[in-house]
Amino acid sequence: MSQTVFEPWNDPQAKPLIQFKNVTKRFGDFTAIDNQTFDIYEKEFFALLGPSGCGKTTMMRMLAGFEAPTEGTILLAGQDIAPIPPNKRAVNMMFQSYALFPHLSIWENIAFGLKRDGKSKDEIAARVAEMLKLTRLERFANRKPHQISGGQRQRVALARSLAKAPKLLLLDEPLGALDAKLRQDTQFELMDIQETTGTTFVIVTHDQEEAMTVASRVAVMDDGKIVQADTPARIYEMPNSVYVADFIGEVTIISGTARRGDGAYEVSFAEGQPTLFAESDTEFANGQECHLAIRPEKVSITAEKPSDRRNALEGSILDIAYLGNLSTYHVELAGGQIVKAQTANTRRLSRRDFTWEDRVWLSWTDTAGILLKG
Amino acid sequence: MRRFVLIALPYAWLLALFLVPFIIVLKISLSDIKLAIPPYTPTLDFTEGWTGIKAFFSALDFENFTFLTTDDLYWKAYVSSLKIAFIATALTLFVGYPIAYGMANAPDHWRPTLMMLVILPFWTSFLIRVYSWMGILSTEGYLNQFLLGLGLMSEPLTILNTPTAVYIGIVYTYLPFMILPIYSALERMDASLLEAAEDLGCSRLKAFWLITVPLSKTGIIAGCFLVFIPTIGEFVIPSLLGGSRTLMIGKVLWEEFFNNRDWPVAGAVAVVLLLILIVPIVLFQRNEQKQRELEG
Repeated sequence: MSQTVFEPWNDPQAKPLIQFKNVTKRFGDFTAIDNQTFDIYEKEFFALLGPSGCGKTTMMRMLAGFEAPTEGTILLAGQDIAPIPPNKRAVNMMFQSYALFPHLSIWENIAFGLKRDGKSKDEIAARVAEMLKLTRLERFANRKPHQISGGQRQRVALARSLAKAPKLLLLDEPLGALDAKLRQDTQFELMDIQETTGTTFVIVTHDQEEAMTVASRVAVMDDGKIVQADTPARIYEMPNSVYVADFIGEVTIISGTARRGDGAYEVSFAEGQPTLFAESDTEFANGQECHLAIRPEKVSITAEKPSDRRNALEGSILDIAYLGNLSTYHVELAGGQIVKAQTANTRRLSRRDFTWEDRVWLSWTDTAGILLKG
Repeated sequence: MRRFVLIALPYAWLLALFLVPFIIVLKISLSDIKLAIPPYTPTLDFTEGWTGIKAFFSALDFENFTFLTTDDLYWKAYVSSLKIAFIATALTLFVGYPIAYGMANAPDHWRPTLMMLVILPFWTSFLIRVYSWMGILSTEGYLNQFLLGLGLMSEPLTILNTPTAVYIGIVYTYLPFMILPIYSALERMDASLLEAAEDLGCSRLKAFWLITVPLSKTGIIAGCFLVFIPTIGEFVIPSLLGGSRTLMIGKVLWEEFFNNRDWPVAGAVAVVLLLILIVPIVLFQRNEQKQRELEG
């Protein structure tokens, strides 16, 4: 079987499942969503990522039908969903608090939506059994929600929202209440379930690692706007703004002025510091302000000045963040600029090459950094 | 030792304030009426030693309880009390639930005020409030003056001294006991449960019946018992608002005690009333316990 890349957003023929068209949502004077237009495709696992108050939850609640857009339209499979109340939408939601009905058993919770559809008893029983199997909850069918663990409750909530086989499943911080270890396992489980059922998932999260792990595309939001929506890899490697670069992962931002050189831009950023070189597809005018974003793992740290790289800066180690598998060195340059460099801890800690206050050289290639306008 | 004291204290409290008075009432109910002070016989006399105690116990009998079955006034009064208490509880629930629901769904900054309005009547004497209802409901009262003034009718309504007045009085008096437990149950409810129900295909009304009502069930049960139990023995409201035609056991008890000065029969009436009340009280306790288990 040949593996085809799943990238409907690059296919002009693909029909989006959800279309936001100039959607604005205001609460009084406050603009929660500011004139947004974007598409979500079938079978996508789409993540809305941003700090609290960025509008990601509002976006999701508009899809569920609990909020109506102030301006603009939202289309689901080509149909305007504004007049459809939440109980008639082919959209289901998994709530952050799980919102399991405490007076009903796990079985009854999962059957709740099916019963509302007036399905026959046998159909309901078969579907609930299928959902219990999918989420490995068979043994707990007769328990009440307060008699099972947090992780199990999370799976009940997922099973309940999937039971009606919605076109679109909304997940509001689905793993927020789980501890770190369980969360990781559950992330993969979510991806498996999404793949098995073929449902389109939209997940809201403030946890960038979670978004990167599960999503086919991540939309980074700030202040009611989607700043960038792209695959996790492109979001990380090719952020379109300082905000995105800074929000996702660790990064060093060096601000300076650009000057066109041969093949790469020359960036001068501080008095007495050497010029840096960076290749960029974005056009910069000579003398234009620019921001060079470099991921710490792309920066090498050496005792001697490397001869094979043009970008080399000298500084002293200010801080070492030891993460077990990795160490992040915070290196202070002469002008006060701090640059982060990350190395894998392939040796035991006692054999570490560098320690606090050491003079070191940082270096990276012309293509390692990305040049941003703002 | 500390634990012993902690357990002993409530038990001592119950013993002194519940069990001892109950035994005294039970003893009186087994005695005979006598024109004396106190107005019953026998009284326990320790000066005669063992024979005195023996004589005391041999003089006790169930005569008064038998008497209660010979006169149909008593069982009619019990049945009538139960009926009035039952209807009044249903009415209070009917009035109280929407109020509690409204309070629980009111904006946060309104809730303390609304809560205050529910509790405020308790700051005035109960008796004065019942008397004011007489002023409102009587033939020349404010309600009739108002309705006649509007020209809605030509004849004043007769409300005072009817069962209607008793129901109004009971609903008014016991409303907070219904509202508060229901409010506390509704207030604890997670609003996202209703959104989830709607998301899964419920209409608002359906979500109310399938989610809100079952989740406020413990509050409803608690409120109903808090109204039902004291209403059965209610005396002030039926005697002030109900006139002579409203038959309630509390009034019968009062009359036996003060008008007839027949303490033993009054005692028997009280003991039977207590026996009747034990059933709902036990049910109430079980409801409370179930709720605690659910929360624990």
